[in-house]
Amino acid sequence: MNNLLDCHKGCKVKVKKINAEYNLKQRLISFGIMKGAALEVLEHAPRKKTIEIKVGKMRIALRGEEAELIEVEEL
Amino acid sequence: MSIKEVQETPKVCPIIANHIKVALVGQPNVGKSMLINSVSNAHLHVGNFSGVTVDKTEVLFDYKDYHFTVVDLPGTYAFTDFTIEERVTHKYLCNEDYDLIINVVDSTNLEKNLQLTSELLTMNKKIVIALNMSDEAQKEGIFIDAEYMSELLGVPCVKVSAAAKTGIEELIDTVTEVYAKPKVEPKLIFSEAVEEEIEKIVDFLKRHHYQANNSYRNVAINLLQNKEKTYKKISKQAIWTELQPLVLEALHHIELHHNTDDLKEAFAEEYAAFNRGIIAEVVHYTKEIDEKKTLTEKIDNILIHPLYGIPIFLFLMWGLFQLTFVLGAMPMDIIDGFFSWFGGIVGSTISNDEVRSLVVDGLISGVGAVILFTPNIIILFIGIALLETTGYMSRVAFLLDGFFHKFGLHGQSFIPLVTGFGCSIPAYMSARILKNDRDRLLTLFIISFMSCGARLPVYVLFAGAFFSEAVAGNVLFAIYITGAAMGLIAAKVLKMTAFKGVDEPFVMEMPKYRLPTLKLLFHTVWGETKMYLKKAGTFIAGATVLIWFLSNYPHNLEMEKNYASKIESSLSHQEKSILHNELKKKQLEESYLGRIGKLSEPVVEPLGLDWKMAVALEAGVAAKEVIVSTLGVLYSLGDSVDATNHSLKEAISKNIPFASAVAFIIIVMVYLPCFAASIVFTREAGGIKYFFYLLLFTSVTAYVLAFIGYRVALLLGH
Repeated sequence: MNNLLDCHKGCKVKVKKINAEYNLKQRLISFGIMKGAALEVLEHAPRKKTIEIKVGKMRIALRGEEAELIEVEEL
Repeated sequence: MSIKEVQETPKVCPIIANHIKVALVGQPNVGKSMLINSVSNAHLHVGNFSGVTVDKTEVLFDYKDYHFTVVDLPGTYAFTDFTIEERVTHKYLCNEDYDLIINVVDSTNLEKNLQLTSELLTMNKKIVIALNMSDEAQKEGIFIDAEYMSELLGVPCVKVSAAAKTGIEELIDTVTEVYAKPKVEPKLIFSEAVEEEIEKIVDFLKRHHYQANNSYRNVAINLLQNKEKTYKKISKQAIWTELQPLVLEALHHIELHHNTDDLKEAFAEEYAAFNRGIIAEVVHYTKEIDEKKTLTEKIDNILIHPLYGIPIFLFLMWGLFQLTFVLGAMPMDIIDGFFSWFGGIVGSTISNDEVRSLVVDGLISGVGAVILFTPNIIILFIGIALLETTGYMSRVAFLLDGFFHKFGLHGQSFIPLVTGFGCSIPAYMSARILKNDRDRLLTLFIISFMSCGARLPVYVLFAGAFFSEAVAGNVLFAIYITGAAMGLIAAKVLKMTAFKGVDEPFVMEMPKYRLPTLKLLFHTVWGETKMYLKKAGTFIAGATVLIWFLSNYPHNLEMEKNYASKIESSLSHQEKSILHNELKKKQLEESYLGRIGKLSEPVVEPLGLDWKMAVALEAGVAAKEVIVSTLGVLYSLGDSVDATNHSLKEAISKNIPFASAVAFIIIVMVYLPCFAASIVFTREAGGIKYFFYLLLFTSVTAYVLAFIGYRVALLLGH
């Protein structure tokens, strides 16, 4: 099972499931990160502490621990 | 187009036929505030990161035959209630009275923006959609068929650009038209599964002739979305017993259909699907969507590079402080010269000694000392305004989150913290972007470690007094960095003790890079500078006169007579001047201010401070600018009156030992923020008890650190 944190830079994936608790999940959804959304990994901060992804045309920064909760499959 | 504008006034327009109250709603950073500014010529604060507007702001203006009240609501991604901004907006939209909604959307990123739009469409309100940034979209080769979009949504869509000021009139005309016409049901279509359930409920309501203000469809949608208000109303009625199982079953079907137990998620997916349909119909790309990287991505490749990102950030910050000092020092001599000259001129016209001393030594030298630092302040504000408006701020939050997280802070804490370098008051307010209360409180407590602009004059003065011009800029940078570092350590300590708990997630939008217009920069910087100067002219002038009075009175006539005769009888010029200074010093010590200072002397003595410095620090609680003006008054009176070395900088380097200066600076860096900021802190933290925590926390920290600093400086042989 792949999660978003495992994806390398430039990787394009589709969200399969979000395993976050309620609040975080709502937060992600309000940013368009929901089941079926296509994501692209743009950048990793040093030691993958934070990652930058692209959802549609929006760039979003996420903490590594949160990216780990997002199950994805390669497009 | 605007005839008059009144900002942030609680004044309510008289209710007359053609008064329109508009709620301005949109996702963060789509240019709502800028749109209001374009419409009404108001000057609301505009930035390029989410969460600039943290409270609702009302702007009033007249257009044609209408009185408009526009309420600028904080940006919200969706109708969730997690951040304070979201709560403010949601509460307003559901409970307040207004005529219609202008939904501002970013034309360059329509799909994401429509997510909020779909939620608004279920609100049963008149809506006009403003397709903002249409000029930018055009440049990017995005064409939106606004007419077709209006038709599909059943809601008028108008292309505007707040930055280029196009389409504004058309937007307002549309608003007045929609206002005059009866409400039209928007065409929000769900998936077949959901539509089926809606129909079942609508049928039920029809059969039972349910009395509703909204359409049955709207009631059904609200029930399916668990809207509390609808439930409250309908659950009191007899039909509820029959309706409830129907709704429950419908919800169960929807959850099954979306394979989730979370209704919000299900509806988010519904909206997303609907929006994709709209986008496919109305958005055309005139240019090929090139796979080439956008400019923002290219810049990001450098600025948030895993290796170079942080060094680049540090370099930019260092450059800003260098500029603040080097460039800001240039006009200082002129301003300094002007006030000495001006004081001389004014002084020569006043014959009464006391009045002359009040005006020249009190008012002019005190206010002059504050105005002297205007150039530094302007440069610092330009730097912070650039950081805010270009979009770099969010990048820094991205880069620093890993680092900040170690200290128990949040990457987004960076935004209030860096704002704190300008002024603590907006910094305290911008801490609202942190939705977790514990994280927000922690950030609030350490904001004052970020030295605000008002403290800059103190640093510039002392750095200039003890270091050569070549290194003074570095010293200044070091002071700021040290302050920030102390703040981080304090955060860690607080996180481990008072603020233990789960961390807030870090999910943040990275806005597109934008070059701010000169006008926007000018307004932001000018607004801040005006506030600084206004303070110098009113509050600080008053405080200066008070300090002058306290430091001059009461007169000890006997002692003065004594010295006068001594001076008369002394022979050499040098002896006279020494006696004269001695008199001044004794006078000062016996003054009210001297007595107050003497009282606190035992407390500050271990830090190497004398009573004058103690008084300056005490006065600084009123406003940090007063520190410099107090020193100005105290040292211009006690110093040798030789006209050639009258400047405060020299007086300080002559009268204050280096180690004491270190202790003094450390206290200024750490102790209680000014009065006004403390009030805002108390409000934002949510209770007076937090003020006392802050007072205790900053005082103890300041005292301990100053003591250490003083001893270390002494050990090093200064």
